[in-house]
Amino acid sequence: MITRIMAIAATEFRIQTRNRWLASATVLMTLFALALTFAGSAPTGSLGVDLLTVSVASMTTLAVYLAPFLALMIAFDAIAGEAERGTLGLTLTYPLSRGEMLLGKFAAHLAVLAIAIALGLGSAGVAAWLAGGAGPASVQALARLIATAILLGASFLALGYVASALSGSGAGAAGLAVALWLVLVVLYDLGLLGALVMDAGGGFTKHVFPWLLALNPADAFRLWNVSAAQEVALVSGMAGAGEALPGWAAPLSLLLWPVLALALARTVFERVES
Amino acid sequence: MTDRDTALAIAGLDKSFGRTQVLGGITLDVAPGERVALLGHNGAGKSTLIKMILGLIRPGAGSIRVAGHAPGSAAARAATAYLPEQVAFHRSLTGREQLTMFARLAGEHPKTVAPLLERVGLAPAADGRIGTYSKGMRQRLGLAQALLGRRRVALLDEPTSGLDPISRHDLYAVIDEMAANGTALLIASHALTELEARTDRIAIMAKGRLVADDSLGNLARAAALPTRIRLTAREGAAEAVQAELGGRRVNGRAVELDCTTEQKMAQLARISGLGEAVRDVEMVPPSLEDLYRHYCGENRQ
Repeated sequence: MITRIMAIAATEFRIQTRNRWLASATVLMTLFALALTFAGSAPTGSLGVDLLTVSVASMTTLAVYLAPFLALMIAFDAIAGEAERGTLGLTLTYPLSRGEMLLGKFAAHLAVLAIAIALGLGSAGVAAWLAGGAGPASVQALARLIATAILLGASFLALGYVASALSGSGAGAAGLAVALWLVLVVLYDLGLLGALVMDAGGGFTKHVFPWLLALNPADAFRLWNVSAAQEVALVSGMAGAGEALPGWAAPLSLLLWPVLALALARTVFERVES
Repeated sequence: MTDRDTALAIAGLDKSFGRTQVLGGITLDVAPGERVALLGHNGAGKSTLIKMILGLIRPGAGSIRVAGHAPGSAAARAATAYLPEQVAFHRSLTGREQLTMFARLAGEHPKTVAPLLERVGLAPAADGRIGTYSKGMRQRLGLAQALLGRRRVALLDEPTSGLDPISRHDLYAVIDEMAANGTALLIASHALTELEARTDRIAIMAKGRLVADDSLGNLARAAALPTRIRLTAREGAAEAVQAELGGRRVNGRAVELDCTTEQKMAQLARISGLGEAVRDVEMVPPSLEDLYRHYCGENRQ
């Protein structure tokens, strides 16, 4: 089983490096992280925190949008594209289960994503350290940011496979992936914001809203980073929602999302006729 | 309860898509080392049958056993080699990388890849991207993956499409080698050509049913197709020749006769009896194409 998963993973990783996804994702992450680190250096003096802390706060906001986007762009073609090109049918006549195929692709895609995120966000850390604005606490915050951004990406990779297995064509899968991104990353928060305004500080705001926040992988990611580091929470001004929840809620959500979404992707993939 | 003598056993197979029946009562066995050509027009049900053997489509009724296992099971897939009609690979991989992946999936050592690439004549292009390959080269790569491991059953769907005559010759050799190693081969095709004629048995499908399943010699005997004799008469003698022998006038000077194998010598004696009136005699035995058309229910043209 491991041999077969590794065979798929090695092939898939090679394809991702050859079609320059690895390179472009890394460059994109690095450019954004560096830009945020130096453009966001202004408020350090007034808040009394180091440069990297401010940068981690800005990069948290960046990663909420960018990590799911990159993950979906890598994942949407995984099944629909192979079905369209006619390569899926032959591969599936080998003694390889669909779950194994999915896990192999997931391993390769996660590696690509992890490299892009670690190099991109890590380079911002190095830049801030060179500029003299990093301490032990902010380095720890950066490490946490990198790890959770990879988890967030993993959730959206698996969701991308669901979209890919559901649609018969690459174009359909791309459309579905964009819709997923819009709903989970943008519209979900807008909806919650609207509900908060309507509720005006009532029971919904105190008891339901924090849990709804933790339920969404993108918000769970934000909560985890914000509530774990006081300095980051100070800069991002998002401390309130995190305090209403037990500490395990956001990490649990972010750890469960990739597993559950992968299981869903496998169920949908089993139904695809090749 | 596995039948050791048949690598591929198909019994009473039915399949309908909605109200259209695509397969009806298909029963077909292939023994180890046997080469069977599966012939039929496009839409006769060949591809559906192959997909069922691969376990990609479930049969409506009847049973399939692949080396004693249910189609689509891990054991059946490990025992089956498949060459699709439209064989496709990822463009940005090299031939060697793609074949290495298939070798690992089949549980073979990656060391087996290089000799296989050599075997199908792809060794010089092994490290080039598949995107730069010609259709014939992709077909060879497809054949190479079908040769991985010791498979009990091989399903080749239109293996000659896109191959030049030299590659065809190589394909014969590969097919014979697989059969010699004990692989049961089912070779699907939409025509009866020299490749299909080299098989041990010919199965013909028409409208979802098996209309013939026998060796080429037996099929030809059972069909008893006439040999055609074409005479060229001397100028002005064509009418006299036709009056004597019967048959059809084709153009100004030619006459065509159909005769069975038994009548052949007698007819030739009568023709030589005409002496000077006949300038030339040509004998055309029934072709593979004629035989195929006969079983598909079409008339000889």
